[in-house]
Amino acid sequence: MATASHDIAPLIEADTLQQLDAAVGHLSATQLIWASGYLAGRAAQAQPLAYPLAQPVAQALAQPAAPVAAPASYGQAAPEEWAILYATETGNSRRLATRLAERARENGMAVRLEDLATYKPRQFAKESHVLFVVATHGLGDAPDGTAGFFDFLSGERAPRLDNLAYSVLSLGDSSYDDFCLVGQELDARLEALGATRLADRVDCDVDFDAPAERWISSVLDKAEVLSPAEPAASQQPVLRAVATAPAPVEWSRERPFPAAVLANQRITGKRSTKDVRHVELLLEDSGLHYAPGDALGVVPMNPEPVVEQVLTLGRFDANAPVVVGSDTLPLADALRERLEITTTSRNFLKAWADASGSTALQTRLSETGGALRDFLSVNQVSDILAAHPGDVGEQTFVDSLRKLTPRLYSIASSEAENPDEVHLTVRRVNYTAHGREHWGSASEYLARRSTDDTVPVYVEPNDRFRLPTDGDTPVIMIGAGTGIAPYRAFLQQRQYNGDGGRNWLFFGDRSFQEDFLYQVEWLRYRRTGLLDRLDVAFSRDQAEKVYVQHRIAEQRDALYQWLDDGAHVYVCGDMTHMAPDVHAALRDVIATGRGINDEAAEAVLNDMKAAGRYQRDVY
Amino acid sequence: MSDAKKDAPVEVEGIKERSNRLRGTLLDSLGDRATGAISEDDTQISKFHGIYQQDDRDIRAERTEAKLEPAHSFMVRVRVPGGVCTPEQWLGMDALAQDHANGTLRLTTRQAFQFHGILKGNLKASIQAINTEVLDTIAACGDVNRNVMCTPLPETSRVHASALRYARDISDHLTPRTGAYHEIWLDGDKLDPGAPPEVEPIYGDHYLPRKFKIAMAIPPQNDVDVLAHDLGYIAIERGGRLVGFNVTVGGGMGATHGDPATFPRIADVLGFCTPAQAVAVAEHIVTIQRDFGDRTNRKHARFKYTVADRGLEWLREEFARRAGFALLPAAPFAFTHVGDRYGWVRGDDGLWHVTLYVPAGRLADTDDARWLTGLRLIAQQYAGEFRLTANQNVIISGIQPDERATVEHLLETHGLEQWKTLTPLGLNALACVALPTCGLAMAEAERYLPDLLASVQGRLDQHGLREADLVLRITGCPNGCARPYLADVALVGKAPGRYNLFLGGGTSGERLNQLVAENLSEEKILEVLDDHFARYAAERNGD
Ligand code: SRM
Ligand SMILES: Cc1cc2nc3c(=O)[nH]c(=O)nc-3n(C[C@H](O)[C@H](O)[C@H](O)COP(=O)(O)OP(=O)(O)OC[C@H]3O[C@@H](n4cnc5c(N)ncnc54)[C@H](O)[C@@H]3O)c2cc1C
Ligand SMILES: Cc1cc2nc3c(=O)[nH]c(=O)nc-3n(C[C@H](O)[C@H](O)[C@H](O)COP(=O)(O)O)c2cc1C
Ligand code: SF4
Repeated sequence: MATASHDIAPLIEADTLQQLDAAVGHLSATQLIWASGYLAGRAAQAQPLAYPLAQPVAQALAQPAAPVAAPASYGQAAPEEWAILYATETGNSRRLATRLAERARENGMAVRLEDLATYKPRQFAKESHVLFVVATHGLGDAPDGTAGFFDFLSGERAPRLDNLAYSVLSLGDSSYDDFCLVGQELDARLEALGATRLADRVDCDVDFDAPAERWISSVLDKAEVLSPAEPAASQQPVLRAVATAPAPVEWSRERPFPAAVLANQRITGKRSTKDVRHVELLLEDSGLHYAPGDALGVVPMNPEPVVEQVLTLGRFDANAPVVVGSDTLPLADALRERLEITTTSRNFLKAWADASGSTALQTRLSETGGALRDFLSVNQVSDILAAHPGDVGEQTFVDSLRKLTPRLYSIASSEAENPDEVHLTVRRVNYTAHGREHWGSASEYLARRSTDDTVPVYVEPNDRFRLPTDGDTPVIMIGAGTGIAPYRAFLQQRQYNGDGGRNWLFFGDRSFQEDFLYQVEWLRYRRTGLLDRLDVAFSRDQAEKVYVQHRIAEQRDALYQWLDDGAHVYVCGDMTHMAPDVHAALRDVIATGRGINDEAAEAVLNDMKAAGRYQRDVY
Repeated sequence: MSDAKKDAPVEVEGIKERSNRLRGTLLDSLGDRATGAISEDDTQISKFHGIYQQDDRDIRAERTEAKLEPAHSFMVRVRVPGGVCTPEQWLGMDALAQDHANGTLRLTTRQAFQFHGILKGNLKASIQAINTEVLDTIAACGDVNRNVMCTPLPETSRVHASALRYARDISDHLTPRTGAYHEIWLDGDKLDPGAPPEVEPIYGDHYLPRKFKIAMAIPPQNDVDVLAHDLGYIAIERGGRLVGFNVTVGGGMGATHGDPATFPRIADVLGFCTPAQAVAVAEHIVTIQRDFGDRTNRKHARFKYTVADRGLEWLREEFARRAGFALLPAAPFAFTHVGDRYGWVRGDDGLWHVTLYVPAGRLADTDDARWLTGLRLIAQQYAGEFRLTANQNVIISGIQPDERATVEHLLETHGLEQWKTLTPLGLNALACVALPTCGLAMAEAERYLPDLLASVQGRLDQHGLREADLVLRITGCPNGCARPYLADVALVGKAPGRYNLFLGGGTSGERLNQLVAENLSEEKILEVLDDHFARYAAERNGD
């Protein structure tokens, strides 16, 4: 280090250097290499690039976890692309944006036209040239559906935008107090975040044609003098180095990565009987990667109210020190962080029966397998303590409990479409039984995380649930409830790849209005042609129950035709009812299609399984 | 926009033409289980069948967040020419409100019924239920002639009966001929794919450039605001008999904020026709609008713009050329009233009629008052007819003298006698539907009316004007569904909680009010009204 400090000395203050040494002192050689790339990447983002280096380094040290304008994918970005982003409610902004896009293309510019209502805010940090057409609505509000973007931009997590060149066309109506407010605030915010204004904002009144035309001409003029490939090219080498640098730590089940929560959004309607969450987590800089079909492991903490129930019902001392593995810690902490208390096992039951002297439990234990399993599956630890009170010591109790295990969640995103992110579809387990409210461990933990929190995660690869390697192979995806999750990843991946194979999605849940998970996305995929067929079954919308297997039966002929064309079939979701019923329905499709009996059809399905053409991910 | 673009027919024209006589792809849309909506083109076509796609705007934003499509449902409008229906028909509508709609029955400013909140899967059953009652929804909306209105005057039975007959004849004559309605909703035979489409003798391939509205008034009542319609008939009565009509043209309310090329317009009197000419007059006026109306700009497509742009002389000539006869000079007439006259009247046939006040036309059973139940009981036993008024109210008509007391009791016990206690401000008020169903609403109207009335009444009371016969109308946008531009005081929605304020309409529906101030909060509106009331009270006391 001595030589190095001597060399750098003229560029960096001595105390800053000391801080730097302290921060990197414990890093291994590999980690140091990674860090050098990381810092170079940060330096490349700060304009101007060259001299002096001190400031970005200090910044990097001061806020090591601050979100960085995602360098990794920069290297893959198209040479130079203009994003035209619009926010509209009544269509004016879209029409003007479309007009701008047409004219820009005529000028030979590469442009991408996107509605801010569907645009992913996190993508924004990766844009280099953006032209906005935005309207103001309500009382100075952003158009319907676009608030997410503007909130993101005005929030604390907004990225620095030193590499962004932009201009804003703002639509409004001067008879409102907040004339063109959205455009004005956007313009000011972008400037504050370090972006460069390419051409002055134009505020349009209701007769917007002429001023809009002026703005379009002026941005197109400005665009012409910019040399397209330059800025991206100069950054590429440095940024590549960052992208390919090895990850500092190998995250795993034992050493889960603390992933920041980017979103935690309920995706069932207000009147739904279920609370299902769409959870987005940030994997940036973790070195974690996944493929569609994989699951994410989540290491939970038990919900506080469950810990309290157990402490009260067992009349335990929350502060009593207990030994778990090689650690000694207060009982409350052990129950929260180390032990299973929302699920029960045979061993726990046995230990508790012995310790409490409950004869009722002894009888239970002697029941044959099925009945005991059913009993265990609907009773949490608190239920056993309540029904069979006993005077048991804290350590004895702790010894009877299993270690808290991570839960798996099918990944609902494709990494290609969502670099650095992973999405989950989580059904919150929350019910009332025996007069008490009950919670699940991991689903409740996830449901309670907000965007300031992190969640410990790892990737659980699953090679038994994979898209066909040939993109032209048709795919039939069958899922109920959260079983839809991996198909979101599948379709995103197929879209990203530009695969030509047909896609057919079957989805089932309780209520069309309330429980159609990711409805707008499937409808969009159907509209754009990615999804060829979309069949849905909602069990509680009519007198007789209708499930996915009924839709499969209705579509028997078409489905057989797809199978005959070599389609792969996927089934995901409920293991106890849905999967067997769907299996029977598929067997029936094959039996009828081929004119063979059930046994022979079963054999066909088995062959398909063996060939990887029939894959299931059920839980 | 360039001129070339302006001259091209608007998008809807293409949809109409491609629709195969208003079939569109409705059957496919209805069968699509993955969305509560119908295809975008079909939302235009369905209007011709009396069906509007809407969504619950109260939860639109939260559903977007939840990645769910908007909570789509449908508004269905039932045509009732002249507003007159039988008790059986009333009962049918009442049942449908419970079975498939949101439990409410909405009486409109055009004497029609509206249902809200019908889900796509229940549409067909709903239309069939309506059809069972020999009512229909066809052409209740769309670019065709809408529900033909007629003063529901109960007491002079003879003139009303004749006027109503002409209103119904005109309505029948102008109903589209397409079989699409039967085919899609009533399981009628499909049109043979090879066969040529039905001929629409009046409408042709493109129907009208825009909606078309006809109203018939019986002076001295101008309850239908006859001068607010594309075509109006003012009944001329001599010696208790209908001798003919003054024909009015080019009225309309709809405007767009900030677009001076759009405006509300009071109709002109074109001339006089005999009863026997009434249907022919309608046909020729409609075909003139079909051929000369502006198809390039839907904001300039109503007949009022055709009349304003080309003038009455042109219209008289064009009419005479088509009809083979000219209209006679108009007969003298006078209007004294707008709005409804509440309570009991005895007709010249000895039967009793009672006009009930229905706030903003919305009938429901609530914990406070079971209006639908009360009306159902009356319909089951005592009513001769139900007559919907142009002011969102209902008249129970043709009650036998010896049954009046029973009906009165039922009205009282079901909270249907509000007309006895309310002040004129409340009784005269109209509010359009607006949020949460109307897709065009910029501000609240119907839901806000009770609070607004309470505030305004408070100000009136302060100035000793409690019983002032003020007409207040509020709409959620400038389209003018509650005919606001004819009211003494009108609030026209601009943004949530913000309205443009208009003052000074005439008392007989013959004069437009004037824009006083834009974009006001309730507080500001009350300030302006306060000044206004103070001045009015002072003038009155000075007299
Ligand atoms: C229900 C009703 C208001 C009420 O509170 O009673 C109504 C409600 C609607 N009107 Fe209206 N209009 C209603 C009478 C009127 C009237 C009054 C009249 O006809 O006497 C007018 C002004 C007269 C006129 O036409 O000029 C009126 C002018 C409009 C307009 C503006 C038309 C224009 O020329 O600019 C629209 C919007 C449009 O057509 O583009 C409109 C559109 C609508 C729609 C269908 C909104 C839409 O197009 O999506 C509203 C449905 C709201 C809902 O959720 O129910 N409605 N509408 C009335 C139903 C009448 C009927 O039974 O047919
Ligand atoms: C490969 C795989 C993929 C998965 N993918 C997903 C996914 O995408 N989305 C998802 O939400 N889940 C998924 N799961 C399930 C997930 O891993 C968890 O099991 C689930 O979230 C419940 O975990 P928890 O910790 O919240 O509840 P736990 O604490 O594990 O369970 C609580 C206890 O309550 C019981 N219980 C639950 N409901 C009731 C009731 N109504 N009455 C009586 N007892 C009840 C349970 O049986 C259990 O004993 C997947 C599982 C696997 C194996
Ligand atoms: C309900 C409503 C509220 C509006 N509020 C505002 C406002 O507060 N400030 C403003 O400048 N313009 C306001 N406007 C005007 C719109 O910005 C203007 O009509 C614009 O052209 C709409 O563009 P869009 O079609 O892309 O949505 C409002 C318009 C509507 C319909
Ligand atoms: S006036 Fe506007 S807000 Fe009211 S019902 Fe008509 S279109 Fe809707």
